Amino acid sequence: MSAHTEDAIHEHGASIPTFARVWITLLVLTGVEVFLAYEQVPTLIMLTALLGLSVIKAALIIAYFMHLKFERLSLFLTLFPMMILCVLLMLIFLGDAARLPGMRPGA
Amino acid sequence: MSSQVSAVAPASLWEGGQSPYRTNSKKFGMWLFIISDSLTFSALLFAYTYSRVATPGWPTPFHFSPSIIFSSIMTFCLLTSSLTMVMAVHSMNQGNRKAAAGWILGTMAGGAAFVILHLNEWMNLINNEHITAFGNEFGIPLFGGTFFALTGLHMTHVVIGLIYLGIICQAVLRGKFKAEDVEVSGLYWHFVDLVWMFIFPLVYLMSAKI
Repeated sequence: MSAHTEDAIHEHGASIPTFARVWITLLVLTGVEVFLAYEQVPTLIMLTALLGLSVIKAALIIAYFMHLKFERLSLFLTLFPMMILCVLLMLIFLGDAARLPGMRPGA
Repeated sequence: MSSQVSAVAPASLWEGGQSPYRTNSKKFGMWLFIISDSLTFSALLFAYTYSRVATPGWPTPFHFSPSIIFSSIMTFCLLTSSLTMVMAVHSMNQGNRKAAAGWILGTMAGGAAFVILHLNEWMNLINNEHITAFGNEFGIPLFGGTFFALTGLHMTHVVIGLIYLGIICQAVLRGKFKAEDVEVSGLYWHFVDLVWMFIFPLVYLMSAKI
């Protein structure tokens, strides 16, 4: 990429009130997570809720704080589908991990 | 005339274009690093999760007070430091270097508070719960091994981030570096924050002892 092209990149982005709103939303979602832990809801419900909230928080951070919402779609498409696929592939061993306790001697 | 028109016409994105991502090379390089590092943390989080699923009687040593309260404050510190980092980038884009340096110092203060609280939490686990990386009273050494590896790698990233921001801050004050350099360091810092958004619920909150 030439220096001329880099200098010509136009800056877009969210405003300060938007950043503040995102920050407050992240704090509120964290508060909800801590509340769920305090209430000791059933493990599966808690895991689902915590993972869902974490994905929402991650999406907010990536979109606004990391500016990806204001980048070209081609950047997102280059980076994220591959990464998400690799992470999902790691789930392959979940069945083995879940079966293991029942396979121990005396189980 | 026709050659002039073709000279200014934008090249197709799928042919490479002039700048297919319309971003500078430093930022794109940092994005590639972040994607690869996110796979490292994903692997460690999956290792922790699989160890937990495969091991009956997984320890739940995190009492609401002090562990969960401390880790919640740590989360607040990191989230707030992300906001101050965004403000630093904003100030740099406005050309206000002094304000940018101030915001970066605020970010570093949040990161330093996180590290201090985290070390305090580690000391609490080691001294009061007798959990180390190689063994514990629960008889499940995998817990300590996976916990300290995961949180230790994250804390290492925070410390490296503090050093990185320190270098950026002094350069900004001396009139060196451009706004894009501050933005790239901000990407790294937000990534550190992002990783904690998964470690905090999956490691601490899922093992809370009320």
